[in-house]
Amino acid sequence: MNLIAQLPVLPIIIPIVAAPITLLLPKGRVPHLWACLFSWLTFAACIALFAEVSSTGPISYHLGDWAPPIGIEYYIDLANALVLLLVSGIAAVVFPYAYRSVQLEVDERQTPLFYGALLICMTGLLGVTITGDAFNVFVFLEISSLSGYALIAMGARRDRRALTAAFNYLVMGTIGATFFVIGLGLLYQATGTLNMADLADRLIGQDNRMVEAGFAFILVGMGLKLAMFPMHLWLPNAYTYAPSAVTAFMAATATKVAVYVIIRFIFSVFNFDFAFIGAAFTYVLLPLGLAGMFVASFVALFQEDVKRMLAYSSVAQIGYMLLGLSFATVEGLTATLVHIFNHALMKGALFMAVGCVVLRAGSHSIYAFAGLSKRMPVTTWAFLISGLSLIGVPLTVGFISKWYLLQAAFEAGHWYAGFLIVASSLIALAYVGRVAEVMLLREPAEDGKYAMPKEEAPLSMLIPMWVLVAANIYFGVRTDLTGGIAQRAAETLMSMAGGAP
Amino acid sequence: MISAELAIPLALFLPLAGFIAIWLIGEKSPNLREAATLVTGAILFSLAVIVFAAVAGGARPDFELIEVIDGLPIAFQAEPLGAMFAVIASGLWIVNSVYSIGYMRGHGEEHQTRFYMCFAVAISAAMGVAFAANLFTLFIFYEVLTLSTFPLVTHYGDAKARNGGRIYLGVLMATSIGLLLPAIVWTYAITGTTDFVAGGIMAAHSEAVAPIAGVLMGLYAFGIGKAALMPVHPWLPNAMVAPTPVSAFLHAVAVVKAGVFSILKVAVYIFGVDFLHETGAGTPYMWIAGGSILLASAIAMNKDNLKARLAYSTVSQLSYVTLGAMLATQMGVMGGAMQIAAHALGKMTLFMCAGAIYVAHHKSLVSELRGLGRVMPFTFGAFFLGAMSIVGLPPMAGSWPKFFLMLGAADAGQLAIIAVLMISSILNVIYLLSIPVQAFYMKPAEDGAKPQGAENASIQWGNLKEAPILCLAPPMVTAAGAFLLFFFADPLYEFLTPLIGGQ
Repeated sequence: MNLIAQLPVLPIIIPIVAAPITLLLPKGRVPHLWACLFSWLTFAACIALFAEVSSTGPISYHLGDWAPPIGIEYYIDLANALVLLLVSGIAAVVFPYAYRSVQLEVDERQTPLFYGALLICMTGLLGVTITGDAFNVFVFLEISSLSGYALIAMGARRDRRALTAAFNYLVMGTIGATFFVIGLGLLYQATGTLNMADLADRLIGQDNRMVEAGFAFILVGMGLKLAMFPMHLWLPNAYTYAPSAVTAFMAATATKVAVYVIIRFIFSVFNFDFAFIGAAFTYVLLPLGLAGMFVASFVALFQEDVKRMLAYSSVAQIGYMLLGLSFATVEGLTATLVHIFNHALMKGALFMAVGCVVLRAGSHSIYAFAGLSKRMPVTTWAFLISGLSLIGVPLTVGFISKWYLLQAAFEAGHWYAGFLIVASSLIALAYVGRVAEVMLLREPAEDGKYAMPKEEAPLSMLIPMWVLVAANIYFGVRTDLTGGIAQRAAETLMSMAGGAP
Repeated sequence: MISAELAIPLALFLPLAGFIAIWLIGEKSPNLREAATLVTGAILFSLAVIVFAAVAGGARPDFELIEVIDGLPIAFQAEPLGAMFAVIASGLWIVNSVYSIGYMRGHGEEHQTRFYMCFAVAISAAMGVAFAANLFTLFIFYEVLTLSTFPLVTHYGDAKARNGGRIYLGVLMATSIGLLLPAIVWTYAITGTTDFVAGGIMAAHSEAVAPIAGVLMGLYAFGIGKAALMPVHPWLPNAMVAPTPVSAFLHAVAVVKAGVFSILKVAVYIFGVDFLHETGAGTPYMWIAGGSILLASAIAMNKDNLKARLAYSTVSQLSYVTLGAMLATQMGVMGGAMQIAAHALGKMTLFMCAGAIYVAHHKSLVSELRGLGRVMPFTFGAFFLGAMSIVGLPPMAGSWPKFFLMLGAADAGQLAIIAVLMISSILNVIYLLSIPVQAFYMKPAEDGAKPQGAENASIQWGNLKEAPILCLAPPMVTAAGAFLLFFFADPLYEFLTPLIGGQ
């Protein structure tokens, strides 16, 4: 057996074997090191896979040598290779970061459980991305979600509200998953297959109510998972009360993977011959994307809690992704893929910076950020740079995202959407600016609840955070990997769906 | 001798090297730190002169840093307008650095290291704006300039500075992201390029552009908030909470000139003067600029705070450049371009005098300045020359741009604009020239007493109470510069001729 031939399965096999073993390890440092090691191995496998796909084209891997459509197929093209790279890359920086943060925020007896669950969550997200089998998407989705509920609930040590947040997410997430599987059931009824490529073949010409209902169920189910406005209500609490490392990881990956699933289903399973796809763009994704951009940004503006503010900002940013998608052009799809990648970088870095503040100040309230530039300058700068990226200032990834989105909007003739995009960025300017002002120009609290020592976060947190900050700048200047690959991926997806190239 | 091709990237990175040097030296040795600033400034100025000389010889040195997105490189190319702006900005940076040393030390200011570091980044960004070869590059450095000057505006860190800083950053970022960025992307979506090309890039796509040309020009005119066209000017008066050297250099030269410079670049190299003339896209904004000129002057008259008065005067004077661009005639463009140079020298003189007065006598209200001329004759002499230049009286540099703008307005058949220019000059006489006149000829106002009219006491060496020499000499140098430039208008005209299609 040759390892290269088995490459496509490695990103799943490595963590899924490592995760249960984590549970057997003694509490403390060991599970962390173990999980770090395997997250890096997984990242390495994903890099290799990405390199392979970008040089030789899409890979189809048959699990256990069972030929599709009977067996499960892993199908990797540029679009999901990019998402795989993203998820495993974020994991590779969050795992080292987690140690000190988890030490503070999670019960020590639970550390093996915590790292095991985080590995499983990562596996689930990678599985959802890699698979070419529709039912397999559901299975991996539940793997990642169930471990996600547990991870969020572990924030209960610091704040009991994590329990209700996790429960809320559990209910909403399960409804979403149920809808998704009902949709799959309807498609199965219509076609008799669950393999995506096979589904796409057999769906041709089946423009009937059952297929339409199937698509609707899938869209709503995934809409819940990706926190599409107004189905986002689980997200702010879940992100706010989860342990910092979990928030950083999930905000950067979980919703992005769900957006990817929608893209995959729209372009690779359904296609533009179905009238309801066009309707979904015009009447669902476009208005909900725009509404999310504004409503969630406005709500973010009035949050006293920085973590919750960033959570609402995530809902708004998902609006951008849906908006780009709704243009139904190569440029729009490129913009969405680029933003999936870029937003993960900025939100990951921002939530990590909040985690550093929580470590020292014990709070993520905006009052804890007062005078932060005098107490934790390195963290402050990380927050500022990623905050500028969130606004879309040049030389950061946020600017690249904005540029692609605006270009797509103007070229698709939706010039009004172009102005709405920048208008909503201005709200981001206001809420990031508010925190920036507090950090730079307020005096730190000398005593009371928010007093904190003049002490930087430990290097084990600063280095991973700054790796992401550096990525924010690097990919803000070099777009070969993001823009270039995303464009090629978008062209492929678009031609699969039979849209105008 | 360094080639002009090399001088451009050096001019961009040298201030950043200076930034690091200032940072490393820090408070350990303030003298060494200021030496780093001055040495950087001197080298930077010579680099700008090298580029200027090459451009005068007909060359267009260029440099490409990196291609960010396909077809969108961060690239630089020197042309007359940019070379002129670079020379002015880098030259005045040296003058201002000398002045800063006098002012900041005379005042015992805190955070001086941060102050000089931010200045270095700002000047690097100004060089980037000056040499940008396309709108994409220009936008990047435009934003860097905004962000790097924010710590300077909020230097004092108190509630007033916070408030001023919020408006400063809010207006500049909101206009640039909300209006300028979509304008650039829209331009790119239509024409497929954002390069600055002689004659403009719009004419080739006139069918697509013509229906929206007016809207697009509006996005640029208001999106370039640094040009302070009313009603996007409030950031400028609010920036006056900064220490005076910041107001003098950044908010009379580097930042605001980067704004009007960008407007001129867009008019000349993106729209093209002919296309602008044919479509009439600039006409509404020409009237807004005209209104801005008069309205800002009217507000300036009612400001007793000297810096606030100068700030509104700047708003008014900046609109001269916008007006020149929007006239869409060759002479209008020439007048706008010359105004960039002339106003920089004149207004910087006035601000530095205001700072010198503050350092020496802690007076910041115009009404407190009566009679002060007799103890600060050099300062007020410089102020008088600077004010004359702003008004547009010969033999000061400021008279030429007014002359060309009037020619341009006549070419465009806009006689009302000539009237606007004339009224504006009269208003300038009232609110600027009256200050030194009162300072020299009126009695100091006692508490509650009204001014008594002329007093004959003569100026005596023994009575002089001037600011420290480092605060006094720089405004005299710039005032002399404004005087000399009057006699070198012809070479400058020759140098700028390619801008209006000449050889």
